[in-house]
Amino acid sequence: MRALFAACLLAFFMAGLTAQHAALAATGDAKRGEEIYHRCLACHSLEHNRVGPRHCGLFGRKAGSLKDYSYSTAMKKYGVIWNEKTLDHFLENPMKAVPGTKMGYAGVKDPQERADLIAYLKQATRDPKICK
Amino acid sequence: MTIVKPTSAAGEIRRSFLSGFGKLSLSATAIALLAGNEKLALIGTASAQTANNDVTILNSALGAEQQAIAAYQLGADSGLLQKPVLALAVQFQGHHKQHAAALAKAVQKLGGKPATPLKDYGFPKDKLKKEADVLAFAATLEKGAVSAYLGAVPILTDRELAKAAASILGDEAMHWAVLRQALGQNPVPDAFVS
Repeated sequence: MRALFAACLLAFFMAGLTAQHAALAATGDAKRGEEIYHRCLACHSLEHNRVGPRHCGLFGRKAGSLKDYSYSTAMKKYGVIWNEKTLDHFLENPMKAVPGTKMGYAGVKDPQERADLIAYLKQATRDPKICK
Repeated sequence: MTIVKPTSAAGEIRRSFLSGFGKLSLSATAIALLAGNEKLALIGTASAQTANNDVTILNSALGAEQQAIAAYQLGADSGLLQKPVLALAVQFQGHHKQHAAALAKAVQKLGGKPATPLKDYGFPKDKLKKEADVLAFAATLEKGAVSAYLGAVPILTDRELAKAAASILGDEAMHWAVLRQALGQNPVPDAFVS
C-alpha cells in the first residue's frame, strides 16, 4: 500500500514537471532568441532580402508573398500565414514542412530554441527602429 | 582552382555515372568538392528526389558564399581596412570564391542550376565607419556561415558531399575565430558551435 502511494506521488510529481517543462518550452526568451537568430545571418536579414527573404513584417504575412523576392514555387503555394504556430512547424524542419523550398537547412530542432527564436522574431520584425 | 578533372580510368567511370543523371535509378551521385583530390570517388546511390534535396542544400550554401564574397568586396573597397587586415579580407574572400566554385560545380554535376549572386545584398554600408565595423560585420556573416553548414551537413544525403561541406564549415569557423581575435574578442568562446 505504501509502495502504491509512493508510486502515485511520484507519478503526480513527474506529471507536474512535464507540464512545467512544456509551459517553459512554449514561452520564448527574445534575448536568447537574438543569439539564435545569428545562425540565420548567412542568408537572412531583418531589413533586406538576401539569399532568403527579409523578416520585417513577418508576422501576419502570407508565406511566399513578398513581391520583391524570388520564392520557390513550393513556398508561393504554401499558403500559411506566419505566426508562432506556423513558424514553429516550419523552422523545425523547413525542407519537410515545404518540400521544394529553397531553404536548404536542417532546421532548429530544439523546441525551446525555436520558441526563443520566434519570440525574438515577433519583437524584432515589428520594431519601428529596425523595420521602417 | 579547378575541381576534379577526371582524366584517369577512374575518371572515365565517374563521367559515365554522371552522364546517367536524370534517370530514376542512378548508380552514384557524390562529387569530390575538395579541389585536387581525385581520390574522392563517386559513391552511393540516390534517387532523383534525394539528389534534388542535395541540390537545394548546396544552392543555399552557394548563396551564402556569394554573399560573403560580396561582403568582403565591400570591405576591401571601403578604404577602411589597414594593409594587413585588407590582405586578410582578400585571402578570406579567395576562400569563399573557392567554396562557391566547388559548390556550383557540384550542383551542375547533380543536374541542378547553380544559384546566381544577387545584384544587391542590402549591406549596412552606412553603419560601416571604421575598420572594426567591417570586421564585426564580416564576423557575423562567418558565424552565420558556420551555422548554415551545420544545418547542411546532417541532411546532405550523399556522405561525400556532407564531408566536403564539413570541410568548408571548418574553414568558415577559422575565419570567424580570426576575425574575433582581430576584434579583441575571445577567438573561440565555446566548446561547440551552433
